[in-house]
Amino acid sequence: MRASGMRARRLRTVVAAGAIAALAIGAAGCAESDRGGNGGKAANGGTFIFAGAGDPKNFDPIFNDDGESFRPIRQMYDTLIAHKPGTAELAGGLAESWSNDPTGKIWTFKLRQGVKFHDGTALDAAAVCANFDRWYNMKGAAAQSQMIYYTDVFGGFAGSPDAVYDNCKAQDAATAVVTMKRYKGAFPGAFALTAFSIASPTAMQKHGADTVTQNGDSFSYSAFANEHPTGTGAFTFGGWNKATGEITLNRNPDYWGDKAKVDKAIIKIIKDENTRKQELRAGTVHAIDFPAPADRKALAGEGYKVLDRPAFNILYLGINQKNNPKLKDLRVRQAIAYALNRAQLVQTKGPGGSAVADQFLPNSVLGYAPDVQKYEYNVDKAKQLLSEAGATGLTLNFYYPTEVSRPYMPNPQEIFTVLANDLQAAGIKVNGVPRPWNGGFKDDVQQFGKQDLHMLGWTGDYNDPGNFVGTFFGRAKTEFGDASMTDMFTAIGKADATVDPTAKKAAFEQVNRDLAAKWLPAVPIWHAPPAVVTTKNVQGLAPSPLTAEKFDTVSLTK
Amino acid sequence: MVRVIARRLIQLVVTLIALMTLVFFWLRSLPGGPVDALLGERATPQTRELLIRALGYDQPIWVQYGRFLKNVVTGNFGNSIRTGEPVTDVISRSFPATIELAIAAIIIAIGLGIPLGYLAARHRGRLLDNATIIVTLVGISIPIFFLGYLLKDWLTQDVHVFPPSGRITTGLGNTDVTGFFVLDGLLTRELDASADALWHLVLPAFTLATIPLAIIIRITRASVLDVLDEDYIRTADAKGLRNATVRKRHVLRNALLPVVTTIGLQTGALLAGAVLTEKVYNWGGLGTLITDSISGGRDYPVLQALILLAAVVFIVVNLLVDLSYAIIDPRVRVQ
Repeated sequence: MRASGMRARRLRTVVAAGAIAALAIGAAGCAESDRGGNGGKAANGGTFIFAGAGDPKNFDPIFNDDGESFRPIRQMYDTLIAHKPGTAELAGGLAESWSNDPTGKIWTFKLRQGVKFHDGTALDAAAVCANFDRWYNMKGAAAQSQMIYYTDVFGGFAGSPDAVYDNCKAQDAATAVVTMKRYKGAFPGAFALTAFSIASPTAMQKHGADTVTQNGDSFSYSAFANEHPTGTGAFTFGGWNKATGEITLNRNPDYWGDKAKVDKAIIKIIKDENTRKQELRAGTVHAIDFPAPADRKALAGEGYKVLDRPAFNILYLGINQKNNPKLKDLRVRQAIAYALNRAQLVQTKGPGGSAVADQFLPNSVLGYAPDVQKYEYNVDKAKQLLSEAGATGLTLNFYYPTEVSRPYMPNPQEIFTVLANDLQAAGIKVNGVPRPWNGGFKDDVQQFGKQDLHMLGWTGDYNDPGNFVGTFFGRAKTEFGDASMTDMFTAIGKADATVDPTAKKAAFEQVNRDLAAKWLPAVPIWHAPPAVVTTKNVQGLAPSPLTAEKFDTVSLTK
Repeated sequence: MVRVIARRLIQLVVTLIALMTLVFFWLRSLPGGPVDALLGERATPQTRELLIRALGYDQPIWVQYGRFLKNVVTGNFGNSIRTGEPVTDVISRSFPATIELAIAAIIIAIGLGIPLGYLAARHRGRLLDNATIIVTLVGISIPIFFLGYLLKDWLTQDVHVFPPSGRITTGLGNTDVTGFFVLDGLLTRELDASADALWHLVLPAFTLATIPLAIIIRITRASVLDVLDEDYIRTADAKGLRNATVRKRHVLRNALLPVVTTIGLQTGALLAGAVLTEKVYNWGGLGTLITDSISGGRDYPVLQALILLAAVVFIVVNLLVDLSYAIIDPRVRVQ
């Protein structure tokens, strides 16, 4: 008893000594604060806090392909061609003007004068060409496999027969001439892609930008991509605090255009949609992205600004013709289209501002045809077509994604339920197959083509019909099991290869008419603009159809 | 004692190898995978090929397994698929957040639990006792995420008492030394940061503490009741020891043994609870990391390392509990 009493006392002494030591350390301030003199409080423009929905990958534009990475990248870099704020229309960026020759292969960019990268390097034609050459000459499977947009738009790398890029010449300091091996419809729109932002060649070289190394199941990127992103943008990189999920962007006092109105912009990463909303209500962030459709009204009612982006996306019901031969019959696919009450779906499940889609691109894109066959809701017509085709009693496997919310598809499960009910009402048996988005849905649908029907969609990257219908129907895809539809591929290929804008417009209008009336490889459902919600004191945030908002126009009022 | 520890360590190693093997094959048998997560919607089939080759997924599974084991043994867990950062960096950043939360929760659970359980036992059958039993029953049965959302909705939205999420106010610019924000603030004398971090800690810690708190109250109460009936207490009272001495030296000390065991066992539950709590409060710790690694694309490297870490923590905590018996209960030392 006495021994244990002593032990207990000793223990108590140790604990007390520890506590005193901890207090002493605290009082002495044994670690340096790195807030510095100017930390915390800003001069006058204030700090704009935007709640992002996910982690960016890194800040080297060319190695990224997702919106959460592009959000900060867009603030720090500029592209040769930009968009007029709030639209998908092209406007001067780093290039004041651009032109192409009649073959559509040679692009001449007249560069803005006096522009400097954040590290002081001058933006001239040589710097622009250094970027084009860097992309084309990128070495190693690791790096190449992460250049998703480059492979998509430029076909391939040095030595590849599919490569579109040929060379870039600095005609003089202010004129860059980019020559392609062949015409591609994606240009000039694709020059405005954030992935093709122009970076400082000096900084890229200094920080080993091209080094992408494989480690285990993944890749690591260079110091340029992680710590020293260097562009010409209105904000400079102030660091990414991963412990707090904050990306800090500082106002660039030497910006070539209108300088940012706020001193600082912070992108705070909050993955949970509900938490983003609560932070907005608590006043701890100024703006949130992708509010739940159900919250829009309430937030607007509470005085928040709900800013709808102009629609630039599409949700479609995909039809895979491979597994069920009946789906090869156009009449069956038309019956599916007639069976769907899309107008009601838009009203009950669509985000505010959404509209029924009658073709696979929004009306702001070149080649949109106002006079396509529309397939108004008509159950009798659907039943009649099914019986004509000998397809009564049809049973279809309908794959839909779970654990995901996309701008064009905020609530997949609910949309599925409505669509499935419509199909059942027309006498089509639906066997619903839920699959996690990253846990089998994309594989089953796009790689293996296990489904008969599925829901999927797309947000446009740039203003070009090829980016919509070309992506879906320009070539045979497992997703649609449409290898036999060669007419469709040829027609889209031809339209895409047309250089003259007027002829191109006519060609794509015809493609869209035929897609609706003759081919119907899928049924367009809706265009659903995703919204941004801000507090009342946020001014000047221009919602962009490409979700490409720049923060330099934003100001905060008291 | 040394032999006990050595045996435990060997157990640890065997458990870990078995676990890693299980995890490796289990993760890879799930549909969907890192290729999808890395590539997104816009990848062409060529890019996909390129990536599968670059990552070695075209090789036989046992070759992949061999490479994986070799890496694990050398402490290389690879890079996170989502962020490209080394897994060890990702985890060592998230670890302090969870520990900070867990410590706060444990402090609440023990600090409130033992006194309340003791008081309930002393007032057996009276109002305080009955009230405690009902409250603990509710505490055990409410799911953490439900309570979390409830508290959050009430105390951050209806009345703005606490911040809704995160570990610190955005834009505060606190200096990160150890990753424990409350401690960092003290170390760097950024006392506002300490206070702010503490303020952010209240709701999540309380949410996480409810279940262990309820359990500790109940165990303490039951254990104290048992001890109060023991002969030696009657003897101590009979020989005229002061009431306080009897309580402190005889009742509480002997009653604590099962409580300490419970606290050890609750560490596992605490980790599980942390996953839910962190999800609710956007707390950047291991729990958030686990959910992100599963739902945001199968982040195999991070998941494997996390499962390994959870196993290590669980085993080590239980070892510590066993050792702590030796301090509290002299009889254990004797054997």
